[in-house]
Amino acid sequence: MLTISNISCVRGHKPLFTPVSFSLQAGQALHLEGDNGVGKTSLLRIICGLSPADAGEVLWNGTTLNRQHPEVVEAFRTTLCYMGHNLSLKDELTPIENLLFDAQVAGRSLPHEKGMDALRKMGLNNRAYLPLRVLSQGQKRRTALARLSVTAAKLWVLDEPFVALDAQSLDNLRALLANHVQQGGMLLFTSHQAVELSQPNGQHVLDVQPIRLVAA
Amino acid sequence: MIWQAFWAVVQRDLMLAWRRKSEGLSAVFFFVVVAALFPLGIGPELNVLRNIAPGVLWVGALLSSMLALQRLFEADYRDGTLEQMALSPVAMPLLIGAKMLAHWLVSGLPLVLLAPVLGLQFDLSGDALVTLTLALLLGTPILSLVGGVGAALTLGVRGGGVLLSLLVLPLFVPVLVFGAGAVQAQVSGLGVQAHLSILMAMLLPAVFFGPLASAFALRIALE
Repeated sequence: MLTISNISCVRGHKPLFTPVSFSLQAGQALHLEGDNGVGKTSLLRIICGLSPADAGEVLWNGTTLNRQHPEVVEAFRTTLCYMGHNLSLKDELTPIENLLFDAQVAGRSLPHEKGMDALRKMGLNNRAYLPLRVLSQGQKRRTALARLSVTAAKLWVLDEPFVALDAQSLDNLRALLANHVQQGGMLLFTSHQAVELSQPNGQHVLDVQPIRLVAA
Repeated sequence: MIWQAFWAVVQRDLMLAWRRKSEGLSAVFFFVVVAALFPLGIGPELNVLRNIAPGVLWVGALLSSMLALQRLFEADYRDGTLEQMALSPVAMPLLIGAKMLAHWLVSGLPLVLLAPVLGLQFDLSGDALVTLTLALLLGTPILSLVGGVGAALTLGVRGGGVLLSLLVLPLFVPVLVFGAGAVQAQVSGLGVQAHLSILMAMLLPAVFFGPLASAFALRIALE
């Protein structure tokens, strides 16, 4: 279980948002809401351990994530899949190369066929061997999202995952996220739109709990 | 799992360097041009050329490695790859070490291989050319490792290129002194073992501490 306890974040001597606390359990989805600049991305980065919090703590299964507990931090990272604004893709590589290298750098091996399946699910099977630089912004985003299909991580932390996607890709992504949560995964994401997570047939609509960040 | 991730980073960076050939070649081209211009400017006086050869070739190697250093982490920082490395269950210093190895293979090893050819222009003897190659083989990895720390410290800083030079060039001085000194000693008929041993003594801690310090600096840059 991920627990966020009284986290606050200061930028330029000014707190971004009022201290926030919530917890995320297996099989649960949280939608982090808030106005532009309120600190949604900063909060996600704090949760992942990319930035330090100015107050409060992040706990994983009841243990604080900090340097005193390196084994817990390592376990947390094994279970975490983070997708930020920067997609961590190389323009000179093809989508399939990006997926395969990405998995290896994360310490996993990904069979080529499984990588191709992930791209197929995102509608990119006929773009798998083109350099990423020739793909559109939306197709690059779909390449990044294809990682979600092949990761073994239980906790998905996604910053604006619905941006720049066409209707079909949005449906695919919603179904992917819904499937992940239904199988006991954890999902924390930001979005400016109201989001409904469901399977393509409209069934099994998930209860997505909103968390509102309020400017301090 | 750890070594799989290590070699994956090396392989990916080599593939990226192959597909961005102009970036890697510019540093090598700079080295060749600098080393080739000196004999043309100074003239065909062989004694003078033999005397200046170690310094010219080493300074050329050092400056060309500086050109490549600025790009060591920049692209990964901009596209979010460094964030993923920081979040990887594999220790970040190991992944950064892999990047430094790939950087040396692309920007340092070609200088080591080209140096004997360029040394011929300076009328260096066979033994001096061997010493030059050995000294560069030990010295250029230090440039990548120590320079990598500087590149990490100046990542995302405005005017980072100038700052990197100011930060790193003084640290390169011992490498330059003992690297060029080894070739000079060979040309003068003195023993070179002491110089090469000192270069090796500098390389070993750099291999251990370079990736550690760089990873620490990169985490600060990411914050």
